[in-house]
Amino acid sequence: MSRSLPLIGFLLLVGLFGFGIWWNTRHDPREVPSPLIGKPAPEFSLPLLDDPGKTVSKTSMLGKPYLVNVFASWCIACGEEHPVLMAEGRTLGVPLVGYDYKDAPEDAKAWLARHGNPYDMVIADQPGRTAIDFGVYGAPESFLIDAKGTIRYKHIGPFTPEVIERELKPLIAQLKQEAP
Amino acid sequence: MNHGVPCRSALGRDHAASGSRPRALLQMLFALFLAFSGAANAQAIDPLPFKDHAQEVRFQNLTRQLRCLVCQNENLADSNADLARDLRHEVFGLMQQGKTDDQIKQYLVDRYSDFVLYDPPVKPATWLLWFGPALFLLMGAALVLATIRKRSRAARIDSRLVDNATIEQGDDW
Amino acid sequence: MTPELGQLALILAMLLALAQGVLPLIGAWRGNRALMAVARPAAAGQAVFVALAFGLLVWAFLTFDFSVQYVADNSNLALPWYYRIAAVWGAHEGSMLLWVMILNVWTVALAAFSRQLPEEFLARVLGVLGIVAVGFLAFIVFTSNPFARLLPMPPDGGDLNPVLQDPGMTFHPPVLYMGYVGFSVAFAFSIAALLGGALEQGWVRWARPWTNAAWGFLTCGIVAGSWWAYAELGWGGWWFWDPVENASFMPWLVGVALIHAQAVTEKRGSLRAWTILLSIFAFSLSLLGTFLVRSGVLTSVHAFASDPRRGLYILAFLAIVIGGSLLLYALRAPKVAGGKAFAPLSRETVIVIANLMFTVAAAMVLLGTLFPLIGDALHLGKISVGPPYFGFLFPLLMLPVVLLLPFGPFLRWGKSEAAPLKSVLLRVTIAAVACAIVAAFFVDGQAKAIAGVAAAVWCGVGTLLYVYKRWREMPRGRRYPAEMAGMLLAHFGVGVFLVGVLLSESLSVTRDVRMAPGDTQTVGAYTFRFDGVHATRGPNWHAEQGTVTVLRDGKTIDVMHPQKRTYPRGQVQTESAIDPGVTRDLYVALGEPMDPNKLEGAWALRLYAKPFVRWIWAGGLFMMLGGFVAGADKRFRARRAAAKVAAEPVLPAKESRA
Repeated sequence: MSRSLPLIGFLLLVGLFGFGIWWNTRHDPREVPSPLIGKPAPEFSLPLLDDPGKTVSKTSMLGKPYLVNVFASWCIACGEEHPVLMAEGRTLGVPLVGYDYKDAPEDAKAWLARHGNPYDMVIADQPGRTAIDFGVYGAPESFLIDAKGTIRYKHIGPFTPEVIERELKPLIAQLKQEAP
Repeated sequence: MNHGVPCRSALGRDHAASGSRPRALLQMLFALFLAFSGAANAQAIDPLPFKDHAQEVRFQNLTRQLRCLVCQNENLADSNADLARDLRHEVFGLMQQGKTDDQIKQYLVDRYSDFVLYDPPVKPATWLLWFGPALFLLMGAALVLATIRKRSRAARIDSRLVDNATIEQGDDW
Repeated sequence: MTPELGQLALILAMLLALAQGVLPLIGAWRGNRALMAVARPAAAGQAVFVALAFGLLVWAFLTFDFSVQYVADNSNLALPWYYRIAAVWGAHEGSMLLWVMILNVWTVALAAFSRQLPEEFLARVLGVLGIVAVGFLAFIVFTSNPFARLLPMPPDGGDLNPVLQDPGMTFHPPVLYMGYVGFSVAFAFSIAALLGGALEQGWVRWARPWTNAAWGFLTCGIVAGSWWAYAELGWGGWWFWDPVENASFMPWLVGVALIHAQAVTEKRGSLRAWTILLSIFAFSLSLLGTFLVRSGVLTSVHAFASDPRRGLYILAFLAIVIGGSLLLYALRAPKVAGGKAFAPLSRETVIVIANLMFTVAAAMVLLGTLFPLIGDALHLGKISVGPPYFGFLFPLLMLPVVLLLPFGPFLRWGKSEAAPLKSVLLRVTIAAVACAIVAAFFVDGQAKAIAGVAAAVWCGVGTLLYVYKRWREMPRGRRYPAEMAGMLLAHFGVGVFLVGVLLSESLSVTRDVRMAPGDTQTVGAYTFRFDGVHATRGPNWHAEQGTVTVLRDGKTIDVMHPQKRTYPRGQVQTESAIDPGVTRDLYVALGEPMDPNKLEGAWALRLYAKPFVRWIWAGGLFMMLGGFVAGADKRFRARRAAAKVAAEPVLPAKESRA
């Protein structure tokens, strides 16, 4: 019996490695799930990109669900995501808030002018301080926040039509039922 | 504002689409077989206005225990990623506010999960990690003890053999 | 045409490896001498073809044949010739080729130097090595062809990663592989022993020099890598407990255990099954180290692109080779405890305890390295395991080893008296305590530094006491047989290593500073003066080079030139400047200008003073030397002795039935 222990241990390892190969073909291994899901969104107060005099805060957004999409003009993957948002952004049924992350306002404006603007409003976080409270560690990232200001869902990386269909839309439908 | 590229070439702060990893990444595979690769090309040198040297040392120790989320094989102290720099300054700011190391760690865990801690906290999910080695040691020790007892009992029964062995070899090597 | 020739050579080599792997094993099983005789020529032929393929790849790099994808990816017209050669093993495909070539080097060496081995046994050993080679060659041919074409041919190639463009790095992979692959010999010996029957015990003596040499190479490879990390990465660190480092460290730890277990089995006949198992472990962990990092399993930590197809191939190969050998072990390992009995106070006992600690340490490293994956599998959440974990547990596990180290040589095989040990204990304790007290005055009461001095003196004095004892008691010429000298060197190296680790970790000073030209900063007793930055260039890079003058007591002791290099593809690489010394290294790295538009203004710099850091690698080199010297013992090569041992297998010990 004890002579076969090493073999048994090794078979467990093989199982683990097999799982690892399978898992990593399905998940981006660099993805770090947010601990903020189900928790109140952090307080924020950020200026509008187009009108820095006005600010948008968590309180001003309460009452209806909305989707925050972190993007930046320097972000290559955001360019991949952009056509998807252009096509599907308006069909989601919730306001789409662009979150311009660590970006020069002129660059962001030029970028939106060139590629089109899918957002209902764009807030700018040039220093990136508020993004830390949201646990942002790259772009694009998206947060779905419900009417009570709770973060319900986070997507790391670019949205694809499949992800929107499979994950985002059912959840939005649910949020709408919660807060008519 | 120049964001540059925070760590190894193609791995920026972008969350790249999983299907479209650039070919350049394959080149980095070289680092995988070499034993020592946990490095970005440029390093993070970040002079901050510390109160005194003790605080500087405390800062260095703390940021070394925190993991960078962008270049995930680097710690906050060494990473040149933009976010790492932001988080270093955040840690520095919290330190100036008089927060303890544990409070600062909790601050980051609240936002980025336990993943940021290179020193995983002891909790049911990590029991295997923390107590596994002790378990190996206990099992091994039981085996070793049993072996030594068995063999020493054998030695007592056939004591001639032990004596002969030592005498006959002369140079006991 | 040449790349296709290379591919053809690889395919032929694979077929020869297949012949080498299958026919001799059948021959040994059926007693067919003709089939057994295939082993040597097949091994030689395979080596020739692999060397040919390797040479063709080198040629492709030297002649800028960018129609080969691998060459185009990893070199360009500006890359100097020596780095173009190093680029051969600069990425996945070529490094696998290097792996196989080194396996062939070991196999051919074994075939050449083992003519005294019984025919059947050698046939089995070469057969096992052949099977390993088949696995690797098939992996190259089917999933990682270094000769794949890139058409149309680009005018210029990509670049070898600048991190690799360093002399230390060109040298590190081949040496490391010599170590990894070298364990295949001990592995093949033990598998051959299992196949041939548990009573065949002579194999341990034949395996010992190979194991020692392989371990020496592995030590050297790790030292080179650690040195490179220190000198090149600009962090002043020398070990990061990174998964890739751990992958090389696990076989090293098991290798230490194996070397000692082999000594017991060879000399006393005990621990036979354990030695076989450790041989399997050492090579399995080498395979794991080479493979796992490429398979996509550990990407969870490394974020490297990987090909799941490769991952599956690797997994299947590991399952066959390691699973097969462990199955063989389960079925054929010697069931009765054999060999000579030993008392609780004996050299066997301490070696067994040390073996336990090294094995548990390796298991701990494996657990820590794989735990993030376990976390994914069991949905425990994303967990990071890093230096604080390993750095806490590893010293704890090694403490008993360090404590026992001085006594090992003084203990006798079988049964020891307590009295001589007590005198050793008394002497090393006095020495360690005295030195610790003296050190306490110098290191400002730093507990870790004091512990470092005490531990180092404990090991060093313990080893020297034994050197003295041999000197006094033995006649000239018989004092230090090579095997013992190797042991003493390696044990002494542990002491040297401990000084380096514990003193440099506790006494190092690191400062990130902002310096304008003319500014000075003080680190310890040294004053650093920043004299500005100017542009400079090399064969394929341009750089900003800082000038930092180091003064002590007003006298200039060195002028240092840290660089920030930019390579053709825009990669930036820091080149730190180091002022080396026996008791301390000074280390300067250049960061960014405080104002990007004002290069003549202030810059960010990192200044280090690292006491005794060099002792870390010096200790490692002592250990390496120990491995080589011990492996060179004439005793292992004496044909008579080997033949004699083969002729009279160690008796299955009667006493074990008691």
